[in-house]
Amino acid sequence: MTLFILLLMPLLGGLLAWYSERFDAGLPKKIALLSLLLCWLPLIPLLSSMPFDASSLPRSQWLIDESYPWIPFFNINAHLALDGLSLLLILLTLLMGLVALSSAWHEITKRTGLFYLNLLWTLAGVLGVFLAIDLFLFFVFWEVMLVPMYFLISIWGYEQRHYAAVKFFIFTQAGGLLMLISLCALVGIHYQQTGILTFDYLILIQNPISGDLAFWVALGFTIAFLVKLPALPFHSWLADAHTQAPTAASIILAAVLLKTGGYGIIRFVLPLFPQASIQLAPFMMLLGVIGIIYGAMMAFVQTDLKRLVAYSSVSHMGFVLLGCFAFNIYALQGAVMQMLAHGISTSALFVLVGMIQHRYHTRDLNELGGLWLNLPKLSAFGLFFGIASLGMPGLGNFVAEFLILIGSFAQYPKLTILAASGLILAAVYSLLLIYKTFFGQTKRPHDSKIADTNTKEWCTLISMCFILIYLGLHPQPFFDLVPITLMKLSFIADDIGALL
Amino acid sequence: MTDYSSLLALVPLLPLFSALILLFSKLPKLWISIFAVGSVASVALISLFLNVIFWQQSDFVLTSSLGTWINLAQLNINFGLYLDPLSLVMITIVSGVGALIHLYSTGFMYQDSDFKRYFTYLNLFISAMLFLVLADNLLLLYLGWEGVGLCSYLLIGFWYQDRKNNLAANKAFLMTRIGDTAMAIGLFLLFTQLGTLDIQEIQIKAHAVWSLTNDNNNNTMASLCCLLLLGGAVGKSAQLPLQNWLPDAMAGPTPVSALIHAATMVTAGIYLIARNSQLFQLAPDVLYLVALIGTFTLLLGASAAMVQTDLKRILAYSTISQLGYMFLALGVGAGASAVFHLMTHAFFKALLFLAAGALIYSLHHEHNIFKMGGLLKKLPVVAVSFAIGCAALASLPFTAGFFSKELILAQVIASGHSGLWWAAILGAFFTAFYSARLFFVVFLGPTQLSPNAKPTKSMSLALVILSVLSLFGGIHPEGLKNLMPQLDTDGLSTLQHWLPILLPFIAISLAWWLFKTKRFGKPVPTFMQGVHQLVKSGWAFDHLYQTIFVSPFKYLCQVNKGDFIDLFYRLIEKTSGRLHMAFSQFQNGQLRRYNASLVIFCILAFAWFIRGELML
Repeated sequence: MTLFILLLMPLLGGLLAWYSERFDAGLPKKIALLSLLLCWLPLIPLLSSMPFDASSLPRSQWLIDESYPWIPFFNINAHLALDGLSLLLILLTLLMGLVALSSAWHEITKRTGLFYLNLLWTLAGVLGVFLAIDLFLFFVFWEVMLVPMYFLISIWGYEQRHYAAVKFFIFTQAGGLLMLISLCALVGIHYQQTGILTFDYLILIQNPISGDLAFWVALGFTIAFLVKLPALPFHSWLADAHTQAPTAASIILAAVLLKTGGYGIIRFVLPLFPQASIQLAPFMMLLGVIGIIYGAMMAFVQTDLKRLVAYSSVSHMGFVLLGCFAFNIYALQGAVMQMLAHGISTSALFVLVGMIQHRYHTRDLNELGGLWLNLPKLSAFGLFFGIASLGMPGLGNFVAEFLILIGSFAQYPKLTILAASGLILAAVYSLLLIYKTFFGQTKRPHDSKIADTNTKEWCTLISMCFILIYLGLHPQPFFDLVPITLMKLSFIADDIGALL
Repeated sequence: MTDYSSLLALVPLLPLFSALILLFSKLPKLWISIFAVGSVASVALISLFLNVIFWQQSDFVLTSSLGTWINLAQLNINFGLYLDPLSLVMITIVSGVGALIHLYSTGFMYQDSDFKRYFTYLNLFISAMLFLVLADNLLLLYLGWEGVGLCSYLLIGFWYQDRKNNLAANKAFLMTRIGDTAMAIGLFLLFTQLGTLDIQEIQIKAHAVWSLTNDNNNNTMASLCCLLLLGGAVGKSAQLPLQNWLPDAMAGPTPVSALIHAATMVTAGIYLIARNSQLFQLAPDVLYLVALIGTFTLLLGASAAMVQTDLKRILAYSTISQLGYMFLALGVGAGASAVFHLMTHAFFKALLFLAAGALIYSLHHEHNIFKMGGLLKKLPVVAVSFAIGCAALASLPFTAGFFSKELILAQVIASGHSGLWWAAILGAFFTAFYSARLFFVVFLGPTQLSPNAKPTKSMSLALVILSVLSLFGGIHPEGLKNLMPQLDTDGLSTLQHWLPILLPFIAISLAWWLFKTKRFGKPVPTFMQGVHQLVKSGWAFDHLYQTIFVSPFKYLCQVNKGDFIDLFYRLIEKTSGRLHMAFSQFQNGQLRRYNASLVIFCILAFAWFIRGELML
């Protein structure tokens, strides 16, 4: 029941928050906070019993596994399960949920009930995506996280919110449709080949489908995940959605929604279609590298601070794609680490942009500048997260990028060298961000009464700093949580590689 | 030995803790100074103590581990510290010179409102630099490497309100980052080939793997690894072709230039090659390249230094040139003399920068040497220490710089590269010339600006100690000579022995003559102006890179600002919009439109039908 409680908490909390608005407009955010905090409750026994030594981890992959029949006619079950990988991403989701809440606390003033309903339902959808093991259920959650996000952008967003929201919706919906088709094809082929009709990941994975069609099914899944990641050439929704979304939604988008793409590739594409993924790997890695470079180049010329950060996401997520398809333990671990580190560093940047926008009512880089003079604390945080995003050793992003590159170098040295040029380009746009925003002469000398970070903002940001430092200096516990899932993957890859 | 291990662990951690305390506290300036200087001074004392302990031993190793970093399959990275004679020399220089510069800064920066931020960065830098030199694996070294780069960036742009400083900081970071990325790729290649990143293991395994597979000494893989590491070294140590960030880096506060851009960080490249000297021995072609880069850089730097007018830029080009000497020494297989010169250079160049800082401090932040003059009597302490620094830079006999530079020159000739030797001699001539020019112009002649402030006591103390070190710091190099194998220098001819000793005097006499006849600071004759401008701009590398890299990149990015991939999706959007417009014409509710389309359709259908009939 644990996992279902975890899922129901934000769903019910959202409804309650919506309903409570008619009593008091300040109530919904408190209810949202409460329900997010309650989400941690089911996880506490798990975390407290978590062994800190890798060798003593249970040998079975799943820490918790729960299943109830749902649509017996098609053998569809409400099957949720949790392993190290999903645990990490769920922790990230819950943490970033709190961060989003904190940034929305004073920023959102209209239709608060509906806002928190959508926020919590998006989070619930994401949690469901990370937990669902039945493919049909997975698809349902995939859609659940989409619709509330559409409303978040189109109701509470900035100037061009409707365009951005529709673009976001169409892109992800098209990806979702592709996934639905591939999903049905997968189940159908599996039924033909084994005579078992099932949507259950655990059963499907035992007999990976073969044949020409398998390649196309794999491609369908992959593209659906690439849209979410986002990888080139499906990235263009991201810049608009990020730029127009309210800060809280940008945080959720960057921190967790994009991660569902990487998660989907690691969890579903690689194990379900080992042979096809190896065929796809060179193209996917090429796409990843192009994404790294292209995203960085796009980030470099943006004048809108939020757009800059959005394109830097494209660049960072290119590393995830590279790591996923390198079929190598280092690169896969790096990809997971990149998802966590990018989730934190980028959403911290969005938090900062939100704070700047809240104070100065602009995100235009040419109108900002010299913030350090009046807002030294906020600027120091900006400096920190800018430096994190260019991959400074000692922070999580470096560990991730280093592992991805060292892992993929063995097989694809030339591609990796190209990807490594992303390290230079990341410095280019990160330094530009710092240069344009925080340094230089202040353009608004009369704004000296604008307040620096308050306690709530300071605590949010400093805890994100510490998490990044912890990821960067002591990543071992996170590696130890993942290997059982991932080790298997790289072994599968080795076997297949030997067969090919 | 365990006691010493924990002592060793304190070395990089003390400044780090101090930086953290400064970051999160609100202390008065006195306490900030005590923490900042105290932490680095205690590290200096620890390293002196370690020197005493290991004085007798020529070959010792002390290790210490601060925990595990990454442990995945084959990749085992610890926060491991490794102390051997080479790293002991380095931590002594870093902490010793570092402590003096911290002390000096308490006076120099006292008026600055951002006193705390300055010392936070400075302590962080010392910590990163100590991690760099003590690291037992290349990844930890890389952490320190990027850490010092970051602190350098932060300190160059310390006065952040001036856009010029920010641009210089960005340039320094990006140009070194290019080298660093090459080095990172080198790490990937080494790990893929040898399965380890532990520095000592790499040296052993490289010899085992690459010597066996190939008999002629040119193993491509070894060369490739060394070449990539060299990329990092070239960036950090401001050598060709990544040298032109250093003159701009002078935008930072002067003590920063002394510490980071003269004494410590820029020598990291030399340290990297010296640390991996056994690996580099497997790649003689790369070593030769190192020597060539060193030679060209020392000529470039020295020639550019001769025509600068900005006090700090002269010193910056001089640093580039002196680093070139160290590269030359490394390249010809004289690692020990490179490290020796690294040490003496740290003393006298730090001295020169600090004395220059004292000048700038006293003269309303004036940088142009031709607006100074006649300061000998007004600022005697500064003048004497500057004179000592210049003498050591020009390698006048019995100064510290003399011993180390002589050693390098002797070793170059012993290695049989007489062409490189002549180039180095020419460089030495240039060096003595610009040192003399600098001193004469600033301190002799008529007074132009009179100083409005005297250097504080802490500043003077640092100057005095560094002066002593620049004079006598080269007397006892025996311990250093054992660091690495070096070449036999017995067979020098008379010319080869005496030319380097006499040359500085000739150069100084020439400078004196030019100074006396008032030829310095005069406009250059027209036919020379082009060359003068070229040399003054550091051989126009800025312009070159701007044209072939920066502008095309900016242009490419700017052209694509609208994201051409998005155009495709916009096309879909537009097409469906147009189609919608077109088709909705048929349903606009106007009866005559419906009627007309009905008639047209009937006619077309009839025509089609008729056509079919006719075909039959």
